[in-house]
Amino acid sequence: MTPPSAPTPMRRIASMLYRRPNFYLLLLLTPPLLWFGIIYIGSLLSLLWQGFYTFDDFTMTVSTDLTLQNFVNLFQPANYDIILRTLGMAIAVTLFSALLAFPVAYYMARCCSERMKAVFYIGVMLPMWASYIVKVYAWTLLLSKDGVLYWFASLLHLDGVVDALLQLPGIGGKTLSTSNLGRFLVFTYIWLPFMILPIQAVLERLPPSVLQASADLGATPRQTLLHVILPLAVPGVAAGSIFTFSLTLGDYIVPQLVGPPGYFLGSMVYAQQGAIGNMPMAAAFTLVPIVLIAVYLSIVKRMGAFDAL
Amino acid sequence: MSAVQFTHVSRHYGAVKAVDDVSITIAEGEFFSMLGPSGSGKTTCLRLIAGFEQPSSGSIRIHGSEATGLPPYQRDVNTVFQDYALFPHMQVLDNVAYGLKVKGVGKTERYQRAEEALAMVALDGFGQRKPAQLSGGQRQRVALARALVNRPRVLLLDEPLGALDLKLREQMQSELKKLQRQLGITFIFVTHDQSEALSMSDRVAVFNRGRIEQVDTPRNLYMQPATPFVAEFVGTSNVLRGEMALALTGQQRPFSIRPEHIRLADQQLPLAADEVQVRGVLQDVQYQGAATRFELRLDNGDSLTVSCANAFAAEQDSLPQPGQPLLARWSRQAMVSLHEPLAG
Amino acid sequence: MRSDLTAGGAESPSWLLRLAAWGGLVFLHFPILIILLYAFNTEEAAFSFPPKGFTLHWFSVAFGREDVLEAIGLSLKIACLATVIAMVLGTLAAAALYRRSFFGKESLTLMMVLPIALPGIITGLALLNGFKQLGIEPGVLTIVIGHATFCVVIVYNNVVARFRRTSYSLIEASMDLGADGWQTFRYIILPNLSSALLAGGMLAFALSFDELIVTTFTAGHEKPLPLWLLNQLTRPRDVPVTNVVAMLVMLVTMVPVLLAYLLSRGGDSVAGSGK
Repeated sequence: MTPPSAPTPMRRIASMLYRRPNFYLLLLLTPPLLWFGIIYIGSLLSLLWQGFYTFDDFTMTVSTDLTLQNFVNLFQPANYDIILRTLGMAIAVTLFSALLAFPVAYYMARCCSERMKAVFYIGVMLPMWASYIVKVYAWTLLLSKDGVLYWFASLLHLDGVVDALLQLPGIGGKTLSTSNLGRFLVFTYIWLPFMILPIQAVLERLPPSVLQASADLGATPRQTLLHVILPLAVPGVAAGSIFTFSLTLGDYIVPQLVGPPGYFLGSMVYAQQGAIGNMPMAAAFTLVPIVLIAVYLSIVKRMGAFDAL
Repeated sequence: MSAVQFTHVSRHYGAVKAVDDVSITIAEGEFFSMLGPSGSGKTTCLRLIAGFEQPSSGSIRIHGSEATGLPPYQRDVNTVFQDYALFPHMQVLDNVAYGLKVKGVGKTERYQRAEEALAMVALDGFGQRKPAQLSGGQRQRVALARALVNRPRVLLLDEPLGALDLKLREQMQSELKKLQRQLGITFIFVTHDQSEALSMSDRVAVFNRGRIEQVDTPRNLYMQPATPFVAEFVGTSNVLRGEMALALTGQQRPFSIRPEHIRLADQQLPLAADEVQVRGVLQDVQYQGAATRFELRLDNGDSLTVSCANAFAAEQDSLPQPGQPLLARWSRQAMVSLHEPLAG
Repeated sequence: MRSDLTAGGAESPSWLLRLAAWGGLVFLHFPILIILLYAFNTEEAAFSFPPKGFTLHWFSVAFGREDVLEAIGLSLKIACLATVIAMVLGTLAAAALYRRSFFGKESLTLMMVLPIALPGIITGLALLNGFKQLGIEPGVLTIVIGHATFCVVIVYNNVVARFRRTSYSLIEASMDLGADGWQTFRYIILPNLSSALLAGGMLAFALSFDELIVTTFTAGHEKPLPLWLLNQLTRPRDVPVTNVVAMLVMLVTMVPVLLAYLLSRGGDSVAGSGK
């Protein structure tokens, strides 16, 4: 087995790359680095930079004079309302999703045969990936007057209950599709799968011996759930909440289509750059969800969310 | 011409010296083992020969020509990996034929040679299976056939028997040895199992902390260990130092005495002319089947292990009990004088 | 409690848990079934329930509409291009990052996750702004660039998981047996990656086909399918056609996910988690 007589050019390149692993690494990384560095990070930084530009309210034009005024304007009371409205919805959606997701995840992780688990897994994956806009559209069909939900309500003689719910301050409204309740349902529906999967993953990793040990030491199933399973599921809930929280926070399509009028963070940014044409203010506004999400991430990181992703 | 020659080879990862100034010469046709605890540098040495790593300094020659800087595919050596590294997406036959395929050997010839190689490891008829359908021992044989089909002049084996159970391991040990004699090629065998190294090898290099402590035949390694590490790693040994060494040998250097070369004696019997004796208290008795092991604490606080072959049951009744004072005696010739290795 | 545990480790659930779990699954699928139902509705204008009759009429109407066909074609084209770019970039990044650790590796991974971790509106606005600065007119090209940017991480996640599961000694074994880098890539790496790569590509395709928010900003005058749909929602007179298209979009986004799942089954279960 003597070495081949003359190495081909391709083999010579291969050997050259083999001898210079750092150069090879650089070669692999260059295309993605250029793409993300220039296109994405470049755009992001230039957007934030625009937050320092000046917008002239009278001429509706942007000048490149640098100012902090846009960031100061964020602290107007009207903007507090927007932030609180969005934040409140994000938190409510997160809590309710966790409540709905837990039994599904628990059932998937611990009570199913392999086959049933696969059914549930696909059953959660498909709605998760099914078109976002179609899902929102489906809910406009469901919530509309004469729509499916109203029909079911009257079928079960629950019209009174629906009306009573809609009378409640804060979540009520004229109809389901213009109420906060409706918007809340849509958000919960859309982001629920993102909560189920991380919880399921965490619960699946729980060794059965831990639960057996708890039972062996005299705990009732309820006590085991409360003192063993729930604490151990916290990282999964925290990981899932990253999605439910930040996706709700940044959304502007759902608030536009379902629920009462009034800006959300996303729709405010959208309106600023689009209808109003105040790009500097829009840029400054994008900082709000970024900061809120950063704060949120730093909280859930302590709960072990990143290990459960 | 030597098969592999290391001249002052070092491999450093930052401040860690995985291999530290190693020089060895491995003869052609030799069954050479690299023995040492994990992290001692033996596997790194093997990877340096295969070309997966390059030395930080020094030179490696394979069959006389400089190999430093050559990628693995330009070296006339093949490796049997610890985890076998069989390609999971290929049938066994394609796995074995892979080396021939990438070297441009025609289809008919390479499959024929692959079949032959499988026959050599007694796996004829297994060619159409996927690696996942084989047992651990069978995978091990496929890995062997896949390396040997290329007819390398040096075969590198990286703890190839580590994952097998004891019976299978012993069987593979004798098969490997037989195969090596029959093919006449150099085997370089990495292991942390001293009995495996002793039973298979022509010569063994004992590694410790990136350095070689001793290279010798199995018999010499056991009978004439050079350093305290070798004495204690290869077999079991008592290494006595300091005052005790001075009193017994007349030298400051530590010495080694094997447990089976010591006998426990009664006070009454006189000391033979070429014998020495020490006094101790019995701490523990372990029954080990073929032998019984006694742990003594000597007067100076050292402990001494003594191993006695078990005779018939009648003698067992008079076993000494823990707490009993005893004399341990051995012949002067049984003591091997050691030297501490130079500090790295 | 111990008696509740069967040999397989599965517990027998209480009826309450069973109800909640299946209830959750029904909740997730109910709106999807509604979409399927409405696509065959005979009624023309209203959302009223239950539907009055069954028809395939609206399918032929929808497929006769120039704007619908154009939107479908455009979305397919964009999704294909974005997927190809994402597959190349994601695989390169995975190959570079899976094994060696070096300074800045963490920030590189973070950089790839950011486009889907940050709200879409920020990514969209940033890209729009960036294109403006460079003087690039929004159009098909800018949509593709935007989509590729957030699809990379999907491919990356799938491929890097496969890389990590593949023992590095396979690559060493290949080189040891005489294969150079190219041959090793061709015969060992690529076959081992292929199903993960394909799964990642499918998911990227589904994600791109459906993406609305970033597209809103980067589309210019183009009308890919999600934008067309959004537009329809404010235009009630086209309800039956909208219903049909909605069903099609849903199927196009769901089928690749199903395929990706089947492809990566038995391998890693990461495909699809973390859209």
